[in-house]
Amino acid sequence: MIWFLTRRVLATVAVLLVMSAIVYGLFYLMPGDPAVLACGKRCGPEQLDVTRHKLGLDQAVHLQYWHFLEGLVAGRDYSSGPDVDHCAAPCLGYSFQSDQPVTSLLLDRLPVSASLTLGALLLALVAGVGAGMLSALRRGTLVERLITGVTLLGFSTPVFLIGLVLLLVFCAWLKVLPFPSYVPLTRNPAEWARNLVLPWCALALIEAALFARVARAGTLETLAEDHVRTFRAYGVSERQVVRRHALRGALAPVATLTAVELATIIVSAMLTESMFGLPGIGKLAVESTTSVDLPVIVGVTLLSGTAVVIANAAADLLHAAIDPRVKLA
Amino acid sequence: MTPVLSVRDLRVRFGDREAVGGVSFDLEPGRALGVVGESGSGKSSLALALARLHVGADVTGSVLLDGTDVLAASGADLRRLRGGRIAMVFQDPLSSLDPYLRVGDQIAEVYRVHTGASRRAAAAKAVEVLDRVGIPDAPRRARAHPHEFSGGMVQRALIAMALALEPRVLVADEPTTALDVTVQARLLALLDELRTDTGMALLLVSHDFGVVAETADDVLVMRDGVAVEHGPVDGVLRTPSARYTRELLRSVPRLDAPRLRVTSPARPEAPGATEGHEPPRGREPLLRVTDLRRDFVSGPPLRRRAVPAVDGVSLEVAPGEALGVVGESGSGKTTLARLVVRLLAPSSGRIEFAGRDVTRLSARDLRPSRRDLQMVFQDPLASLNPRRTVGDSIADPLRVLGEPGAERTARDLMDRVGLDPGRYDAYPHEFSGGQRQRVGIARALGPGPRLLVCDEPVTSLDVSTQAQILALLAELRAERDLALLFVSHDLAVVRRVCDRVAVMRAGRVVETGDVDTVYDHPEDGYTRELLAAVPRLVALDPVV
Amino acid sequence: MTLLDTEAAAGTDPAPSRRGGAWRRLLADRSALAALVLVGLLALAALAAPLLTALEGQDPTTFHSRLLDSARGGVPRGALGGISGDHWLGVEPGTGRDVFARVVHGARVSLGVALAATVLELVIGIAIGLAAGLGGRRLDAVLGRVIEIAIAFPSLLLALALMAIVPQSVPRPVLVALAITAVNWGNIARVTRAQAMSLRSREYVDAARLAGARPLRIALREILPGLATPLMVLAALKVPNNIVNEAGLSFLGAGVRPPTPSWGQMLSTSTTWFQTDPAYVIIPGGLLLVTLLAFSLFADGVRRALDPRSVRV
Repeated sequence: MIWFLTRRVLATVAVLLVMSAIVYGLFYLMPGDPAVLACGKRCGPEQLDVTRHKLGLDQAVHLQYWHFLEGLVAGRDYSSGPDVDHCAAPCLGYSFQSDQPVTSLLLDRLPVSASLTLGALLLALVAGVGAGMLSALRRGTLVERLITGVTLLGFSTPVFLIGLVLLLVFCAWLKVLPFPSYVPLTRNPAEWARNLVLPWCALALIEAALFARVARAGTLETLAEDHVRTFRAYGVSERQVVRRHALRGALAPVATLTAVELATIIVSAMLTESMFGLPGIGKLAVESTTSVDLPVIVGVTLLSGTAVVIANAAADLLHAAIDPRVKLA
Repeated sequence: MTPVLSVRDLRVRFGDREAVGGVSFDLEPGRALGVVGESGSGKSSLALALARLHVGADVTGSVLLDGTDVLAASGADLRRLRGGRIAMVFQDPLSSLDPYLRVGDQIAEVYRVHTGASRRAAAAKAVEVLDRVGIPDAPRRARAHPHEFSGGMVQRALIAMALALEPRVLVADEPTTALDVTVQARLLALLDELRTDTGMALLLVSHDFGVVAETADDVLVMRDGVAVEHGPVDGVLRTPSARYTRELLRSVPRLDAPRLRVTSPARPEAPGATEGHEPPRGREPLLRVTDLRRDFVSGPPLRRRAVPAVDGVSLEVAPGEALGVVGESGSGKTTLARLVVRLLAPSSGRIEFAGRDVTRLSARDLRPSRRDLQMVFQDPLASLNPRRTVGDSIADPLRVLGEPGAERTARDLMDRVGLDPGRYDAYPHEFSGGQRQRVGIARALGPGPRLLVCDEPVTSLDVSTQAQILALLAELRAERDLALLFVSHDLAVVRRVCDRVAVMRAGRVVETGDVDTVYDHPEDGYTRELLAAVPRLVALDPVV
Repeated sequence: MTLLDTEAAAGTDPAPSRRGGAWRRLLADRSALAALVLVGLLALAALAAPLLTALEGQDPTTFHSRLLDSARGGVPRGALGGISGDHWLGVEPGTGRDVFARVVHGARVSLGVALAATVLELVIGIAIGLAAGLGGRRLDAVLGRVIEIAIAFPSLLLALALMAIVPQSVPRPVLVALAITAVNWGNIARVTRAQAMSLRSREYVDAARLAGARPLRIALREILPGLATPLMVLAALKVPNNIVNEAGLSFLGAGVRPPTPSWGQMLSTSTTWFQTDPAYVIIPGGLLLVTLLAFSLFADGVRRALDPRSVRV
């Protein structure tokens, strides 16, 4: 167990290092001068030099990357002549656009993205697993066909299309829900939820379709296994067989899948935020790519990469907790 | 005595295929009925039908269990009967318990379903029955998960589950097929003991006539879904009435049966065959293995250990000689076979083939020796590429060697091993198990080997097919002066085919020598135990 | 394991399927056949886009401001987004460009980019996956990590970023296809690698090694045929997936640039018009949905046809 954790942490750090190097290299070494991007189009040559020096762009590449890592771990100082800006750890630099520290930009928007993603994930898990198991247990019925149809629809529809249709129906035609705008949970929980209903549904439908397919396959597979036959042969009722012996088998793959799918969920959440105009990290990412705001792009990529890698480690732990045969090593 | 189980005209139909076509029998309390048959005979379908466990099958007839018709029982009644009156033990110990739950909890669950006992009482009962079936340290083992049990222990746990409910009939469907012979012997002894103690009736389904002969009072021989013969074991063994039973009994490899010898016109009589089965010593050995060792690394990091699978084995095979290697699972016999053909690299030791040291040769340098050294695998289906025609599979080694006319040679080989050369373009799944093994043999013969390493070549086959394949191997040996390294868990098969035998245990050879000497006068204690565990057809005057 | 992987895994085992049999099964599958016809029609419409618009007498770029109601902010005059004999599917709000012309020309971009990206992903993914699966422990240690990282990246984010920094001189559709490829080859490589590894340890591969076959011969003759089934299923699923990717990029404004029409872009525009001109949501949205459903159904059919045993899943 201890060995597993150390190894996992080491691997996570290694993956993140590689990821950061790739992203950092890709964006900072591409054609186009970051100093021009940072300073703006109307900067003269002198101002450019100042900016270049302040950002450390006049140093060798590996030194730049080293300072970047240093900033992440210990914070760093940016000096432009007399004034010194201290950027506390974890420092991701300053946005070219707004001159705000990237770290605080991300932290400001984290609650929005977390509300959206976690809420939708919960909804998707409940609805998806429920529907998947139901369709496995009710094979050959109308219920199964219905669920299969909805699953196919959810699986092949892009999230922004679902979002548009939801907007059209609930905001424009029925007028029962507001056009979503983010209200912090701490300010007004009811409004928070009311505003997030549509984005949740849009995001959840996509993921629910996936969970439903996997839960269905898992249930069917477990019900066909020999040990289920054993309990049937010993007079255990079908209901108890499903509850005690099939449920776990069906849930094990879903648990793993949830973590592995996080990368996809983050992408869908990005689209959802842009679609509904929610001020989350995804929207920030889209805005920063259109304006080529390199530090922000690097920050968002690293943050989501970290989330994915950590989720994968968590999935392994969860898998081991569910299945006694799995040894953590 | 009134029968506890009375089956009349039982039929099981899947779509338009009839798996069981009208079987009737009675089973009295405390008696044991053995159901014997080859694969596809319908014996397992029969067993499942007794507790109405088929899904998607049409079951007709009547199964009277203690006076209640299982096939007509309502849902709730059926659940009471299952486990309570008729309990089951299945073939595959790896999958017959829920991998997620503790063994004791699973037994307790079933016990509570039937008795409504408290959790505490059920848990105590689970420990009690586990102890009764001989699980050592039962209170602790009850808290283990199934994967921590060995195959034999899982089967014991299932028997314990049945025992807790005190059923009138125990149906065991190939309960020992996946187990080693010594474990099998102990499990069969347990079943015998429980039957005597509790008066429970036993229905034992097996492909192995020996197992049934040792355990059952009566035997029912099945073929194509019908009972071709039914009667007391002794009678059936002594004077089988059906032709099929006679054939089946003749095919069963026996520890005391004579060796298969085919004399070819080219080589009138192998010198060793007549006089005392001495290996033909005169010639230089074809294969010489010296102190061979292969470790597999396992365990957690930092505490990683090298576990030897083959631990210092030395043996020799003379040209034209057949050496058998027997052992139970985990004895290292398959690893040895794979080392000899260099599918695995040895950790240390020496392998000489035809006087040449091949231990450390690279794949490229080994290529010339491949011609002389071929292998026949255990699972004929897995060893043939499902996406290539059997003809291609046979011709491929020849093409690799750059031999002209590979396709013609392949057709000749098919003809030689008893396959229709016209099926050159057919795919493996279109053949039966025995035919596939013939394809595997033809492929191995292509390059014209001098040594054929056979890894359990007949294990996955029915006895009658087994006998045919063994006969084919014997013919080929005589005809081509082929040496065999024959790996098998089945002592009887080895006796039938080999000149000499090496007995392996835990990676080492414990005894080696001429087959007759080793089988009739074993010196090592383990060899003796192994031989004693093999079920015998006890009827003294065999058919033949 | 993503859905693509699980779906592909369903077609994994060496099912005794002959290609001819698979075709027959595919053509006998009603929903797959319907999907195939639909996909064919769409492809035909995309190919014949200039012809179709010429038939209509319109083109995708001309503005028709007199067809717009400036009093209502530029919404098309007339019912259903201004559908008429001249403009079969109406005109675009705000600009008055012909919707039919834009939709069929947009189909060229969507399908073209998706197909190109799928082919590129397959080539890269199979090459890297095979190298990792068959190339020995050290190569696998490196490539395995590379694949892992490629999958862990949120793909759309990276594609967005790539689109933002690459030089603008390259034609946009080509760039979009390349960006999608760059971030999506990972799971093909993973499936290929896992499959190659499991096939590598099969006994028939041992038999080929015993016959003295060289590694390349083993890879091509013994292993590649076994990969065909899961990869074909994966490829069939990848096409709709990539249509979504292209639409997503264009939706976020990072796909093809404005004069060139694309479905994602139209949907992006429609977010500002959905209250006043719902037809502009429904037409491109419906078309996209039908296209995706057709491709998904077809992919499902391919899976069923190649592996008859997986029907239950």
